[in-house]
Amino acid sequence: MTIRGKAHIAGAFEHPRREIPDRTLPQLHAEVATGALADAGLSFDDVDGFFTDSMAPGWSPITMAEYLGLDHLSYFDNTESGGSSYLMHVGHAAAAIAAGKCNVALITLAGTPRSDRGRMRGGGNMGPDSPFEWLWGTTGPVSQYALVAQRHMYEFGTTSEQLAWVKIAASRHARHNPNAFLPDEVSVDEVLASRMISDPLHLLDCCVVTDGGGAIVVVSPDVASTLDRSTVSLLGHGEAPKHMHDGRIDLSYTGGVWSGPRAFEEAGLTPDDIDYASIYDSFTITVVVTLEDLGFCEKGKGGPFVADGALEAPHGRLPFNTDGGGLCNNHPGNRGGMTKIIEAVRQLRGEANAAVQVPDCEVAIVHGTGGSLGNRSGAATLILGRADA
Amino acid sequence: MSATEPRLPTTAPTPGRETKLFWEALADDRFVLPRCDRCGHVVWYPRQFCPVCHTMGVSWFEASGRGSIYSFTVVRQAYGEWKPFVPYVIAYVELHEGPRVLTNIVDCDPDSVAIGDPVEVVVDRSPEGAGVYRFVPVTRRR
Repeated sequence: MTIRGKAHIAGAFEHPRREIPDRTLPQLHAEVATGALADAGLSFDDVDGFFTDSMAPGWSPITMAEYLGLDHLSYFDNTESGGSSYLMHVGHAAAAIAAGKCNVALITLAGTPRSDRGRMRGGGNMGPDSPFEWLWGTTGPVSQYALVAQRHMYEFGTTSEQLAWVKIAASRHARHNPNAFLPDEVSVDEVLASRMISDPLHLLDCCVVTDGGGAIVVVSPDVASTLDRSTVSLLGHGEAPKHMHDGRIDLSYTGGVWSGPRAFEEAGLTPDDIDYASIYDSFTITVVVTLEDLGFCEKGKGGPFVADGALEAPHGRLPFNTDGGGLCNNHPGNRGGMTKIIEAVRQLRGEANAAVQVPDCEVAIVHGTGGSLGNRSGAATLILGRADA
Repeated sequence: MSATEPRLPTTAPTPGRETKLFWEALADDRFVLPRCDRCGHVVWYPRQFCPVCHTMGVSWFEASGRGSIYSFTVVRQAYGEWKPFVPYVIAYVELHEGPRVLTNIVDCDPDSVAIGDPVEVVVDRSPEGAGVYRFVPVTRRR
């Protein structure tokens, strides 16, 4: 049993704004749902599967289904894995479609952390681990990922300059994105000169904080064949949680060591087949360690791998995050998974910004990281293919 | 171990049914760890269930209180009650007993901290008298 070819992404929509104080969260879900369904050429009445996250207002996806007027649902799910949730939703939607549980699945994300600043403190749910981890002055994910970066530097000799190259590539791509939150190219020196937030991570090693969201529509091959719009085929999906492993956490790798091979195996492909990569970039270190785990380079060689322009579109060895990624374009709701999928869909449809469109882009990988690589995180990998390829 | 003025903001933890004895020991200046009665595994975070052999019998023992720094960060931008205390150090300390525990490194120059440094436990007290575990570099301890 494989998911390969059993489901297609038919619609994708990224909210064009980055600061949205004038909308409620439900309104944003409605806007992105409308956008993605219109992109697919489908309507709300066609939707029979609905996937969203635990940030969505209400006690269940049922609450948003009611707001949106989704009246024909035979399947719904709110798998929560932070920023990687939406990749998991695509995989779960495809499995549900393959099992005949639904035919048109809508996946939505919305969040307004930029407008909520100073008004809300997201505490999250207390877990049994919380009393042992919340006493130390951690500063959100920054101090957690800093622990990962520090250890990576210690074990493998990775440098701040190498990490900066991830930001450089993202910023060079963002120049071509009229909606990017940070549209200006930056240099290695500028990254290194930006203020230190939590050693060894500088301000410009961190992703943006933006309002907004996005939505995806996943459909069965039968539905896809009725649509005018070109669709993207799901070739492989893998996911895995990584936790503290009874306090013996190893910070040198991510759950990508499990989700990546599962996705590649399902797709029958290898890293050499990838034309474009959407790689979760909450921080520069996130990209470096993820590329190693997905097999694009040896463990510990991520620093040298990214430092020579390898990530730059259209002609780098592995063009990545051509929208500017979370580092420069958008990280709506503090969750970058949805926008990663959307940019991969653009690339495979040939609809990326012209200067960064990868020529003959046939196969893309999307990798999401949710939670914190410094303690517990969810990894999800999708392999997507151009429908006609 | 010493119980002096807290070195960093110190919030009383909320002891749960499974962790009450851990926090009570700290309030008494003792750093204890939970060990599985069946397989002997030292469990972290503290709980009354062994995630290795999946059984419920877990007992407390007096830990060495010693370990070394597995990774660390110097926080230079912080919020709320922590803001006046920058720069301060958050670290994973690998205890001699095995677990890597999140904590602060205190009583030292943050810029002198390095991975691999040996450390030992100290107890800071909340205003209510609850104890929390932090670590100091062994060679630099006052």
